[in-house]
Formats: sequence, structure tokens, C-alpha cells
Amino acid sequence: MNTILEVKDLTMDFGGLRALDHLDLNVVEGEIAAIIGPNGAGKTTFFNCITGIYNPTEGEVLISPPGKKRKKINGLKPNRVTENGMARTFQNIRLFPDMTVLENVMIGRHCRTSSGIVGAILRGRSTNKEEKEIVDFSYNILKKTSLSHLVNELAKNLPYGAQRRLEIARAMATEPFLLLLDEPAAGMNPQETRELDELITRIRDEESISILMIEHDMKLVMSLSDRIFVMDYGRKIAQGSPYDIINNPVVIKAYLGEDIYA
Amino acid sequence: MSFRDDKIQEIKKSLLVSIWFMFLTFPIMVIRVNPIEKAVEWRWENMLVVGIGSFLLSFVWRYMLKKKEAGEKRAEIGESGNTFLIQKILEEPRFCIPLLITLTIIAVAFPFIFSMYQTNIMTTALMYVVLGLGLNIVVGLAGLLDLGYVAFYAVGAYCYALLNHHFGLGFWSVLPIGAVLGFIFGILLGFPVLRLRGDYLAIVTLGFGEIIRLVLENWNEFSFGPSGIANIDRPAFWDFQFSLQNATIYLYFLMIGLTLFTIFVVNRLQNSRIGRAWIALREDETACQAMGIDKTRTKLTAFALGATWAGMVGVIFAAKTTFINPASFTFLESAMILSIVVLGGMGSILGVIIGALILILLPEYLRVFSDYRMLLFGAIMVIMMVFRPQGIITNIRRRYKFNE
Amino acid sequence: MEYFFELILGGLTRGSIYALIALGYTMVYGIVELINFAHGEIYMIGAFTALIFTSVLTLLGFNEIAVIVLASLLAVIYSSAYGYTVEKIAYKPLRNAPRLSPLISAIGMSIFLQNYVLLAQTSDFLPFPNLIPEFEFIKPYRHIIGSPEIIILLTTSIAMVLLTFLIKFTRIGKAMRATAQDRNMAMLVGVNVNRVISITFIIGSALAALGGVLIASHVGQINFYIGFIAGIKAFTAAVLGGIGSIPGAVLGALVLGLTESFATGYVSSDYEDVFAFGLLVLILIFRPAGILGRAAAQKV
Ligand SMILES: Nc1ncnc2c1ncn2[C@@H]1O[C@H](COP(=O)(O)OP(=O)(O)OP(=O)(O)O)[C@@H](O)[C@H]1O
Ligand SMILES: [Mg+2]
Repeated sequence: MNTILEVKDLTMDFGGLRALDHLDLNVVEGEIAAIIGPNGAGKTTFFNCITGIYNPTEGEVLISPPGKKRKKINGLKPNRVTENGMARTFQNIRLFPDMTVLENVMIGRHCRTSSGIVGAILRGRSTNKEEKEIVDFSYNILKKTSLSHLVNELAKNLPYGAQRRLEIARAMATEPFLLLLDEPAAGMNPQETRELDELITRIRDEESISILMIEHDMKLVMSLSDRIFVMDYGRKIAQGSPYDIINNPVVIKAYLGEDIYA
Repeated sequence: MSFRDDKIQEIKKSLLVSIWFMFLTFPIMVIRVNPIEKAVEWRWENMLVVGIGSFLLSFVWRYMLKKKEAGEKRAEIGESGNTFLIQKILEEPRFCIPLLITLTIIAVAFPFIFSMYQTNIMTTALMYVVLGLGLNIVVGLAGLLDLGYVAFYAVGAYCYALLNHHFGLGFWSVLPIGAVLGFIFGILLGFPVLRLRGDYLAIVTLGFGEIIRLVLENWNEFSFGPSGIANIDRPAFWDFQFSLQNATIYLYFLMIGLTLFTIFVVNRLQNSRIGRAWIALREDETACQAMGIDKTRTKLTAFALGATWAGMVGVIFAAKTTFINPASFTFLESAMILSIVVLGGMGSILGVIIGALILILLPEYLRVFSDYRMLLFGAIMVIMMVFRPQGIITNIRRRYKFNE
Repeated sequence: MEYFFELILGGLTRGSIYALIALGYTMVYGIVELINFAHGEIYMIGAFTALIFTSVLTLLGFNEIAVIVLASLLAVIYSSAYGYTVEKIAYKPLRNAPRLSPLISAIGMSIFLQNYVLLAQTSDFLPFPNLIPEFEFIKPYRHIIGSPEIIILLTTSIAMVLLTFLIKFTRIGKAMRATAQDRNMAMLVGVNVNRVISITFIIGSALAALGGVLIASHVGQINFYIGFIAGIKAFTAAVLGGIGSIPGAVLGALVLGLTESFATGYVSSDYEDVFAFGLLVLILIFRPAGILGRAAAQKV
């Protein structure tokens, strides 16, 4: 199996606080991996560091997109990271509230298209063609994420579960090889969580996108993940298959007080 | 009886507000001193006006706040907000087409029916429509609060005035130069400041705007200082110079043309790849970047494009008034254009047009308003932000149809 | 050399007045993250109120000291009342609005207040009486320092000490610091946030009024527009020192005052305001966190 994301020795300091402490992590092609850990462990900070939103204090982030050369991406701006094929969702939903569902997804196509101001004003053949492609591609993704009945709704008017799915749809529109999901099930009801489980599996199997997700819902994590990383105080304290993890005393200790089998 | 108690409570509240405002405005509104003659003028009638006015307004204020809160609740459970009558009319082709035809006829006939004075006012109003639409790209679409917009207007105006004064260049050759110069200035000023956070950006652009004005005021060798530049040529048609009256009409139609062109361009832009990126940037910068949009570049295009339009209108302004000086390019001018955008509705083309027409024409035709013009602009900004931040016309996003 | 000292002293005097205004910006920004654009107008209203009451009280036959004290006091009271009211009308309904909304509202408020004074009073410059008496003991040193400078420096220092005391050691000061750190958290632990915000505006406005009285009597004339430039400069000072930081605002104000004093003294006085604006632009571009501030990564 090819490693598609390799993180070495990643460290992030906020003033005196060390949010990430020499973290190593990798993701291989075609897997669903999960990061778990108590609140404040540094999981979101990890995502922010590898997607260019924060500039890590130390360490390296390397990607090897399928069929492409290995590349160092730390220090790149977030948009360059996305162009290179890693797209993410946010823990606190960050949609474009006053744009329609379709437009939200169309934004994801931005980095895969090219028409500029002059094209937009003259609206020549190539611009029209590109525009049509953007719309069709986006609509197709909405169908895959079962949001197509909401195309023209404003994002802010969507129910919570649909907003979470829209974030995933928007990230998929950038055609990533690796999708980073930050607590995709947060705030969902059991029914919505089941649908999410199915959606994530489908994304991996049908779109051949690998997935790295942060999640607190242990049932979802256990049923979906091929591998799990456990973080605490900015460090990786364990990694392995779901079975290894629930039997690992270190993990149980870190979670003391939190019900891991819930 | 609780209904009556409510009423009494309301009246009590308003009375308190009224007393508070009479106290608050007492020194400024009632007393006027003349320090030279050591005389004091007491204007008690003003206190009465303030008292009654604030008593009544406080009812309206509370009523509107309540209404807005109710509206927010409705929006939360997913009901769409109230659309305005105009919008409903415009969506209905049955009304829309005759309306457009009537408007076209009025617009064409206007200078031949009304006096030159009226035509001039209309031309000015159209200039503000275009300025508003230009600023709308920056503020309304891309969400960048540019408080120094007038700087680019000044660049355009001085560009024509100086080129005309020194080299005798005509209007038509300078118009594109003004636009390009506006664009270049937009890039130059925008590049260093656009990575700043929203409110800092506002202040920096304000600072740039004032610096440009102060330089124009003090650099006599270059800009002729506060006395400005006079005898700028009116636009000609090839080599043909118009009489004053025909020049006015000519300028009017020129502005109609530019307005239509601007509407066309902005309309195409806002539903394009770039336009969507601007709006996304306005909505959430971080998410926008994470979705692969180059923040700096996208902001810069919006900023520079807005500046281009200001540059163009600047050239026309110089040609229309034939005299310019730095006093025309103060912060208040930027604020005025901003309040047009705020009143009309950020991001809405129709809104900005209506906003500009209201704010420019109203003070011209109703003398009452003309003295209180700037007071009105200030109040509008506050009131709109408090009660209707989306402006009088809400921008409606394009809907797509799919047949399955 | 004497010219040099004169410039230093002039710069410090200027700086201390900017400091009085800058404190209002910085306190409000620290608590509600809003650039209170109308703050300069509060300062202008303070100056106008002082002028109006000075004339009225003088005509009524009060003696000189009583006039100074009463007029300054009324200026402070009225400015505070204006600051309080402005917050209630233009900012409070916008607590949870997008960031730019209160800023636009603030700009509107600023324009409104300017024109309110313009219409109710006059657009002309009004001569402002010199309220600061000539001290006997200073006469021999007259060529270096005058009593206005002494009074200005003294008032500012006292105000600064009182403010520091208030914020460090009183209950309301503690509530202010808590609100500045995390408004929602402060609310949860029982701080009356609305009250804290009101008080912040009141204190800021009172200081601005003090600045207004001092500078007006120092410069000798006022009009409705003085708030705009003074506001921008004080804001520059606040940003220079690191907005949100109280010692920063004072430091920034002094640096700005000295810069202006030297720039106009040695370079050219035509471009006085350009220096301030230029400094503002440079600071915001190259060190937006200011001298004392620390760049903070925005949480995502
Ligand atoms: N921009 C920032 N500035 C300062 N400290 C930060 C910043 N971002 C995160 N932190 C701190 O870093 C630590 C890790 O935060 P992070 O959000 O990564 O945790 P998390 O594992 O995602 O927790 P949760 O499960 O609650 O989402 C916390 O102590 C947080 O306060
Ligand atoms: Mg997190």
C-alpha cells in the first residue's frame, strides 16, 4: 500500500502552549483512518497545521498523491494545499451561509477551473462550457451526497445534518485524493449518523478518496475505521486497528471518565 | 388589563427617552454662544422639538426592533424573509417588460423634456449609480470595506485634468487611461493592505484616501494645490466641440451608456467563477481559502476592478465640472458612496441603483433634505445596519434548473 | 538644542492628549472588538460643551476657577452621556452581527454627530478661551515650558494612574478584564456584560472629553470637524501601541506625538497629517499587532 500522507515530527506552539508535540502520522491509499482523543488534545490543530491554516513550528508534511511525485506541503497556503489534493471540513460548520447549496459546491470547483474576469464579461464559448461543467459536476456531487433536492436552498436554511453533508460535498468538489473530516457526526441524530457512515464508505469505495477523520462518536469510529490514532496532550499515544485500540490500557487511561464503549 | 398596563409602560419608556434626549441635546441644540460678541442665544423651541421627536421616534424604534427580532426567529425556522414589492414585480415578465420599455422611453426623452439643470442633476445621479456599482464590487460582493474609494475617483479626475492641461489630451483618449490608472492604483494600494483583517483594512484605506487628498492639496507643483485646475475640456465628439447645452445632453447619454455597461459587467461578474469566489470570500475567508481560492489574488481583482470604475467616473467628473480641486475628494465623498451601497443592499445591483437615485435626487428636489443631507447619510448607515443590514433590496442568488 | 527640547516637550504634550483619546479606542476595542469611529466626535462634543458652558457661566458672573471646573465637569458628563447613548443606539443591537456591520454603523454615527453639531451650532471656527491660568512660578522658565503644557501633562498622568487603578484593583475593572478575555464566559460566571460595556464607553468618553477641553484651550479654536482628524490620530496611537492594551495606547500616543513634533519641526509642517496617516498605514501593514501587542493566530 502506498503512503499518501506522511507527517513527521509535527510540533505546534501557541505562545507557551504546545498543542502538538512531535507528532508522526501517516495515511495509506484507500483507507479510512480516524483520530480520536479527549477535548483539547490537539486534533483540530493537527488538521490546521497540515492544511496550511497554521504554520507548524517544527516538522514536515509530505504528500504522495496517487500517480504523482512526493511533495512537501508545509508552509504552503491553504488554497495551495487544496489544489494539491487535500480537502477538509470544519468542526464548527463553515459554509457560505448566504449562497445556495449548489453555489457552495461550485466554489469547490474554483481551483480546478480557470476562467477569469475577461472571460466572465465576454462569456465566450470556452467560459460557457466551463461554467456548464462546473454546474453539472457540482450537481452530480449533490446527488451522490443526497442533497440534490436542496440545490437552490440557501445554505443557512439547511438542517444541521444536511449542512454537515454539504461541507463534505463542497470538499469533494475539489477532487481530493484525501478527505479530512473534522467531527463529521457532531450534532447528528442516530439516523443521520447511519447515513453518514454509509456516505463515507461510499466516498472511499466509489470515488477512491482516502479519508482521515476526527470523531468523538466511538461507534462510528469503530465501524468505519481501518486504523485509529489516539492523541492526548498533543502527542500520539497509540495507533492500531479498532480492536487494538479498545484493548490498549494507555488509551483507556487517557479516556478515564469518558465512556469509550458508548 | 395587562394590555393597558403595557401601553402605560410603553409610554413611560418613551417619556424617559424623551427626557433623556432633551437633557442630552440641551447644550448643543438649545444654547448658541457667540464668543466674539459675548452673547448667548437660547433656543428653547429646539428642546420642544427634540422632546416630541424623540418621544415619537422611540415608539417607532422599539416597534422596528421587535419586528426585526420576529423576522430573525422566522428565518431560523427556515421561512424565507419578506421580499419587496419591486422584486416581485421584476420577477414577473408581464410587468417587467412594459416597465423596462417605459424606463427606456423616459431615459431617452429626459434631456429633451426637462431643463438643462435637471439633466445635469440626472447625470450626477447616474455618476453615483456607477460609483455605487463599482464600490459594490468591493464592499458588497467581496466584503472589503474600502473607505478610501474616493482616492481612485481623484486619480481619474486628476488624470484627465492634468493630461488635458499639460498635453491637451481629449476626453476619449483619457477615459481608458483613467480606467487603467485606477486599476494600477488599485493594485498598488491593494497589494500591501489586503491581507489585513476587515476593520483594519477599512482604516488603512481611509488613511490612503486621506494621504492622496493631502498630497494633492500640498504638492502645488504637481496638482496646483487647493486652488485646483480649471478650464478642463468638455467631452468632444471626434473633433466637434458641442455648445454648452448639447455637451450636457451628450454627457447625459454618455452616463446612460456607462451605467448600462456597468450593470451589464457587474451582472455578468456576479454569476461567474470570480464573482462567486468574491461572495464566498465575503461569507467566510478561512473556509474560502480552504476550498482552494487564492485569497490575495481574488481580493486584489475585486479591489482593482472597483478602482477601475472609480477612475473612469473620475475622468467624467472632471469633464463635467471642468474644474476640480482636492475638496471634492474628501472622506465624506467615500462615505456617501458607501451609504448608497448600504442603503441599496450590499451585492444587489438594483438596490444600489435605487439607493443612489434616492440619496442623490431626494436632497436635490426636496429643499428640506438638502441641508440635512449628510445628517441623513449618517443616520441611514446606522439605521440600515441596525434594522435591515441587507439593504432595501436583498440580493437574490441565481437559481439553477435541472431536469431529471 | 533648545529647539530640540521644545520639540520634545511639544511632542509629549501632543502625545498626552492623543493618549486621553486613544484610551477610549483601546478600551472599547479590547471589550467589544469594535473600532468606535464615533469616538472622535465624542471628543469634539466635549470641547463644544465646554465652550458653551464657559460662555454661559462667565456671563452669569461665576469666577474664573468655578467656570473652569464646572465647564470641564459638564463636558465630561455630557460626553459620557453621548458615549453611553451612542453605544445603546448604534452598537448594542449589533452585538452578534457580522464584524463589518457595527463598523459601518459607527461610521454613520460619526458622520451624523458631526453634522448634528454643524447644523445646531456653526461650521465656523469658534475661538476657545484659554482656560488654563498662567502660573507665577513658571514665569522664569516660560521659554521652555508654559502652564498649559504642565497642566496637560499633569492631567493626563493623573487620569492614567486612576484608570490603571480602576482596571487593576476594582470589581468593575475585574469584570472589564474578564469581558475582554471572553465575553460569553464572563456572562456565564455572572458578569453583567451590558453594564461593563456601557461603563467602558462612559469612561472612554469621559477621558476623551478631558482631552477635548485641554486641546481646545491649548489650540484656542474648535469646529465640528476637529474630531475626525483627532480621532484618526488617536486611533493610530492605539494601534501603534497594540490595540486593546492600555499602556500600549499611552506609549503609542507619545511616540506619535513625538514623531509629529519632529517631523513638522525638522521636515515640513504642510504634511503634518500625512505623517500620522503614513505612520498608521505603515504600522497596520508591517506590524498590525503594534509595539506591545502579540500577533495571535485566529482560532479555526
Ligand atoms: N489559535 C490558537 N491560539 C491559541 N491556542 C490554541 C489555538 N488553537 C488551538 N489552541 C489550543 O490548542 C489546544 C488544542 O486545541 P484543538 O482545538 O486542536 O483540540 P481538539 O483536539 O480539536 O479538541 P476538541 O475535541 O474539543 O475539538 C487547546 O488547548 C486549544 O486551546
Ligand atoms: Mg477539534
